[in-house]
Amino acid sequence: MSSSEQPCPLSHTEMIDAWFLEHRAKVLDLAAFLDRLDRPTGPQSDDFRVEALRNAITLLIDGQGDRTRRIQMMLSDQSSEPIDAAPMQGALGAIPPADAT
Amino acid sequence: MKYIDPHIHMVSRTTDDYRRMAQAGCVAITEPAFWAGFDRCSVDGFRDYYRQLTDTEPKRAAHYGIKHHCWLCINPKEAEDIGFAREVMSAIPEFLDRHNVLGIGEIGLNKNSKNELSVLETHLALAKERDTLVLVHTPHLEDKYKGTMLIMDAVANAGLDSDRVLIDHVEEHTVGAVLDRGFWAGMTLYPDTKCTPQRAVDILERWGTDRIWMNSAGDWGDSDPLAVPKARMEMKRRRHPAAMIEQVTFGNPVAFLGRSPNFSVDV
Repeated sequence: MSSSEQPCPLSHTEMIDAWFLEHRAKVLDLAAFLDRLDRPTGPQSDDFRVEALRNAITLLIDGQGDRTRRIQMMLSDQSSEPIDAAPMQGALGAIPPADAT
Repeated sequence: MKYIDPHIHMVSRTTDDYRRMAQAGCVAITEPAFWAGFDRCSVDGFRDYYRQLTDTEPKRAAHYGIKHHCWLCINPKEAEDIGFAREVMSAIPEFLDRHNVLGIGEIGLNKNSKNELSVLETHLALAKERDTLVLVHTPHLEDKYKGTMLIMDAVANAGLDSDRVLIDHVEEHTVGAVLDRGFWAGMTLYPDTKCTPQRAVDILERWGTDRIWMNSAGDWGDSDPLAVPKARMEMKRRRHPAAMIEQVTFGNPVAFLGRSPNFSVDV
């Protein structure tokens, strides 16, 4: 096989026929998650992860391409030096405010 | 159609998973050393783990006609205690000549700390000294981009040939740089935290099919040991040719792994 791009052989309409319902459901899931956050039993917080999600959503509808890579970069630490010590073993999925670059 | 899952942690999986993978066409796997979900507290605990990878798992896999290979290291999640990590690394050479060991892995970074980088550099020096292949873990989520860049620089500084190093867990924001610098790239198919099968096929469509493979990285967490055949089905559903599916899920793994004299698979 060639090392160049391998475009999807399906037509635009065939792609929509195949995956529209699946992604319609994903949009509703996302909406339902944001609705869920609007009705907490206790006080609401300004969680940086939700803010990151809202910012990512704006990239979805900005009319430009390359959305996935751009969202990945928005959610990434883009500093370049190793940190002094690992603060934990896991990851959070977005950059905590103190570490934002 | 047969396939290879080049990154899966079978010590965490049941025998039923071996059976289902074989039924789906899996003929070979490679199992990198990884974090058990807790920090081990003795070097002998690692020795037992390396015995499991080089003795027990090959026998379990053979019951289902699957060739089992492995990689040895201390995972970056256990690299922060640098003294202990160095003790563990000193035990690795005892096992490197065992019949199914392909090289050093999955080494890399987790939170991109100075100690993790130091342990990575020691692993890379061992790989250079023993002339082994290297399988690299890149960090999770927000740490992946930075860690991938640091890792590629560390490999270059160690004097290793990028063509003998696979950088794993690439995603849309790292795959281009990894391939451009001459490394092999692995896409891990996870439900939430890495690539879905659909996004992995999107990456193939955008960045091509040379020097890239897909794996399930099935382990004790949210993961799917049948993720590779599911990605193959996604490629088929999009009407990609059988030769392309075969290349990414069998031919490419054979091409990279075959550089180790300890790799074998019926072709």
